[in-house]
Amino acid sequence: MSRILLSLVFFFATAASAEPTARDVTEAMKRDFHPRGQATMDRVAQDGVQRICTETHDKPPAALAKQLEADQMKTIVFPSGSLMGDWKRAEKMAQSGRGSMWNDKPGVDVGGSCYNCHQISPQETSYGTMGPSLLGFGKKRGNGPEVQRYVYGKIYNAKAYNACSQMPRLGHAGTLTEQQIKDLVALLLDPESPVNK
Amino acid sequence: MIKRAFACAAALVFAPAFAQQKSPFADYQRMTVEGSPVELFELGGEELWKKPQGPKSASLEKCDLGKGPGVLKGAYASLPRHFKDVDRVMDLEARLVHCMVTLQGRSREEITKSLFGSADRPSEMEYLSAYIAGQSRGVKMAPGGSHPKEKESYQLGKALFFHRTGSWDFSCASCHGEEGKRIRMSDLPVLSDPKAARPLIATWPAYRVSNSQFKTMQWRINDCYRQMRMPEPTFASDTTIALNMYLATTAKGAEYRGPGTKR
Amino acid sequence: MAGPMKMRATLAGGYTDVRVLMTHPMATEQQSKGQPHFIQNLTVKVNGKTVIEGEISQVVSRNSVFSFRLKGGAKGDQIEVSWLDNKGDTNKTEAAVA
Repeated sequence: MSRILLSLVFFFATAASAEPTARDVTEAMKRDFHPRGQATMDRVAQDGVQRICTETHDKPPAALAKQLEADQMKTIVFPSGSLMGDWKRAEKMAQSGRGSMWNDKPGVDVGGSCYNCHQISPQETSYGTMGPSLLGFGKKRGNGPEVQRYVYGKIYNAKAYNACSQMPRLGHAGTLTEQQIKDLVALLLDPESPVNK
Repeated sequence: MIKRAFACAAALVFAPAFAQQKSPFADYQRMTVEGSPVELFELGGEELWKKPQGPKSASLEKCDLGKGPGVLKGAYASLPRHFKDVDRVMDLEARLVHCMVTLQGRSREEITKSLFGSADRPSEMEYLSAYIAGQSRGVKMAPGGSHPKEKESYQLGKALFFHRTGSWDFSCASCHGEEGKRIRMSDLPVLSDPKAARPLIATWPAYRVSNSQFKTMQWRINDCYRQMRMPEPTFASDTTIALNMYLATTAKGAEYRGPGTKR
Repeated sequence: MAGPMKMRATLAGGYTDVRVLMTHPMATEQQSKGQPHFIQNLTVKVNGKTVIEGEISQVVSRNSVFSFRLKGGAKGDQIEVSWLDNKGDTNKTEAAVA
């Protein structure tokens, strides 16, 4: 019994002088941040994915990653019927980064901020490189129901496919609507979309 | 062959940030630096430093920024640091608030009412930051690091840097964690790497052309959190100071170049 | 009350390079919602003699830089740059050629 107690003491002693934990950081943020506009304090709470990715520096062990991905997959709400929307609408919306910052009016000109990280249509030269280029996406992969499902799911919750992806969970976070995501699927997969020309 | 490639790569990293941009932007970057009004902000800051204000009708000339009352040479380069009189780690703006309150008798509410000014609504912090930072030109950056609270601040800043949270699951490292990445056409320095941090931290605070305004590190951190879809960090709070401490420590040893000019 | 001005004048191979920074809102009609505020006249004098009389308009940016080159010049020459804006406000600065 005393051996267990001793080892517990050692554990807590070393833990106290170690770096702040994710929980410590959340507490510091709760203390030092305040709500503004639509950015309320619930955004400071870490969910399971965020906590684990923080603690493992975005490299969780394989088994744990698989578990996280399976959990995230459960959050995706796939619409019935076709998942392809209007690519012309999507191109406009992919350009906009508005929607969920504290200075944004909720629901006004909400976009996916896609060009911040990706190359998409060839005529847009101002694109980011944080994510892979999406040029020719549909041309390479086809546009059958399985590919549509993959693209829809990836945009809705990228963590379902890669546990610690840097890509935001645009559907899960409530940033984009079902129609907007469908439109983005078309942008990537429709043969008429500039992406595939 | 490989050695030369490595040397070339190293040269690119050490080159000022704007040199890494594609050629269409290099000319623009050069012209913005040549036409920069940074000096006007330094001059404006000098006036404010010497101006008697507040109920005590006092200037800031006796403010101790870490090198002694009124000593400005090298003061910015030694921040953030622990201050005995308040037993707290402070960055430049936190210390300025402290001096305005204690020396001039002003209230924190009044001081922080008009933060992050615009051209039509200037903010004192920006002018003062420009002036004080300018007085550290050529000085090696050496923030505090030996006091236990300074170490604590650094550790918190480091943890914050990698902390994923908010609507879009971002940490600072989400954007500033991988070499060679950019958002749209803005190169993203890997701020956890001294090589990348040094030239950047050596040129903040800075005049920002896209805002037509001088911007400070408190503003930069505030605006990052806004774009990370987070709620707002309180001005000069411990978390913001911790981040400044982490960045300044990562960049330490480099020569401070003075307030810069950014896009 | 006009904001600070700063000038530097340096000799460079038979010319004098002058660079003046001018604090001014330079607010256009649109930016100022109908109350534009901008520098209209710029005057440059060398040793008391006017060498440049310029008229600028609201298209010039806020806190602008005026950079020009004078033929000749000698160390110690007195350069004076002054401006007058559309509200009657003025400011000037002087510097010796270095």
